[in-house]
Amino acid sequence: MTTAHRLQDAPDNTAVLIEDVHKWFGEYQALKGIDLAIRRGERIVICGPSGSGKSTLIRCVNRLEAHQRGRITVNGVELTGNLRNIDAVRREVGMVFQQFNLFPHLSVLENCVTPLVLARGTPRAEAVAKARHFLTRVRIPEQADKFPGQLSGGQQQRVAIARALCMQPSIMLFDEPTSALDPEMVKEVLDTMVALADDGMTMIVVTHEMGFARRVADRVVFMDHGKIVESAVPDEFFSHPRNERTKAFLRQILH
Amino acid sequence: MTPIEFTPSLLVDRRATRPPPVPRRSTAGILFGDLTSALLTIVTGGLILLAAPAIAKWAIIDAVWTTGNPSACQQAGACWAFIADKLRFILFGVYPPEQQWRPLVVIGLVLLGVLMTLAPALWGRRLIIGWTVLVAVMLALMWGGFLGLSFVPTSRWGGLPVTLLLAVVSLGLGFPFAVLLALGRRSAWPVTRFLSVFTIEIVRGLPLVGLLFVASILLPLLLPADWTIDKLGRTVAALTVFAAAYLAEVVRGGLQGVPVGQQEAARALGIPYWKTVCYIVLPQAIQKVIPPLTNTAIIMVKNTSLVMIVGVFDMLGAGRSAATDPAWPAPYPEIYLFVASIYFVICYGISRYSLWLERRVREKDYQ
Ligand SMILES: Nc1ncnc2c1ncn2[C@@H]1O[C@H](COP(=O)(O)OP(=O)(O)O)[C@@H](O)[C@H]1O
Ligand SMILES: [Mg+2]
Repeated sequence: MTTAHRLQDAPDNTAVLIEDVHKWFGEYQALKGIDLAIRRGERIVICGPSGSGKSTLIRCVNRLEAHQRGRITVNGVELTGNLRNIDAVRREVGMVFQQFNLFPHLSVLENCVTPLVLARGTPRAEAVAKARHFLTRVRIPEQADKFPGQLSGGQQQRVAIARALCMQPSIMLFDEPTSALDPEMVKEVLDTMVALADDGMTMIVVTHEMGFARRVADRVVFMDHGKIVESAVPDEFFSHPRNERTKAFLRQILH
Repeated sequence: MTPIEFTPSLLVDRRATRPPPVPRRSTAGILFGDLTSALLTIVTGGLILLAAPAIAKWAIIDAVWTTGNPSACQQAGACWAFIADKLRFILFGVYPPEQQWRPLVVIGLVLLGVLMTLAPALWGRRLIIGWTVLVAVMLALMWGGFLGLSFVPTSRWGGLPVTLLLAVVSLGLGFPFAVLLALGRRSAWPVTRFLSVFTIEIVRGLPLVGLLFVASILLPLLLPADWTIDKLGRTVAALTVFAAAYLAEVVRGGLQGVPVGQQEAARALGIPYWKTVCYIVLPQAIQKVIPPLTNTAIIMVKNTSLVMIVGVFDMLGAGRSAATDPAWPAPYPEIYLFVASIYFVICYGISRYSLWLERRVREKDYQ
């Protein structure tokens, strides 16, 4: 896509560069030549029908899935089979999942402390201080000693965000972070994400929360059948969608 | 979009299947509540009443309690005097009598280990280190040969300490192998997967007795002549392999119950594979399989009695050997009852411990 080439001119300003990426699951092709460049501090919202490859795409960015063709570069490090590169990229990229994926056998505090200790070798005292800091930032410091199973979905997702932030990533990936939540809990999670965006975090967010997209996104990307069909600033995306499939999708989702 | 649908499945499953509180029934209600219960109660009660006098007569009324006089045991009653007289032999086998305080201390150390295991504050790495140190001290004490302790070869070890050591060591060494086999069986690499499945199925397909014979007779023939591995060592190896194969299947069941999202979250956070296994996946997997894990532990405790067949002198072996003393009138029932009651105490203890553990795990999820 043209945006990719334009941004390549200023590579040091590019956080994530995805070039002609293809991905197959066996015979099935999930990604069919994706081009996408994301600047530092930019907020991208990805939407599209179920099965269009949104999750697959962002999971390729931190190598939870391996792409088979094309290039993905994160903060200048190319993702290949090279384990050192993968480690380096995962240090930069935090991820929040639809199902939260908190560790149910660890307390909320330990959910944040343990990864710091295991992945970074952070001294415990320092890790605890960091964990408390980020739990305060997602506004649940008082739940630190509970277990995930005792929290509401919204609280669990905020813990998951705090856990990712503890690793101090420069890029955050969100895969439908509010889809598993009761409607009344969606707002608290979105508010947390808005606050994060206001702090200048680079964010790639797969979501169908169009209010969030309008308010926060620098660009909205629409995917269908493993391809990027449309990519535009929110105003243009919502008021003048060009592609027929985008129009159909928006009609569905805005009603 | 109900919350249940999306909560991590492990919590949902348990919540959904949590049974409603069962109203307590009176004892009379349990015994005579309906026709079947009443009939069973009457029949069973009748059988007990029929057998009770004979048992009481044998075990208590006609029993011989005064020690030191084998000839008193010629009559029909139980010869408990024999147990009292041979107690040291049953418990410690042919371990040098003047040194038998050493196996006694070993039994004490096992109890210490049990106490450690009961304290949640010690769970995790501390418990593993604690048991490793304890077992090392136990083995050193049994062997001796330092600090003025006389050297006692394993051929003279026997009785309860051997039973306990065989069980603890085979389960303790078997567990890490079991984890490797279970992970191997789920590996993405076909060769690893094949080797794991092959090992597990071969070992599970063999009777333990066969495995013990292979270890004690075949292995020395296969190995170079100057490699003398201790018979007890070979027995431990066979028991370990056996325990590993069974534990592997239990662990695999637990691993299957841990959602893939757990590993993905750990990978996304940059936690290395082996740390993910040890600190994220295994603790959850094990919590899910406490009952079958206990079951395997109990079976292994009892399986150690089979080592008698290859000439290792465990508690049952020592007991049987004590009964061959011609001075006494072959008091086998007494010996078997005594040894069985020790096994029962150990296995019942493990069983209660597992129930307590399960309750703890459940409470943590629901609090
Ligand atoms: N691990 C996998 N194995 C096989 N097929 C997969 C796998 N993950 C995703 N797919 C398939 O790839 C397509 C895109 O999936 P996904 O990226 O999850 O879509 P989305 O997130 O947009 O709903 C779907 O058809 C899905 O069935
Ligand atoms: Mg998805």
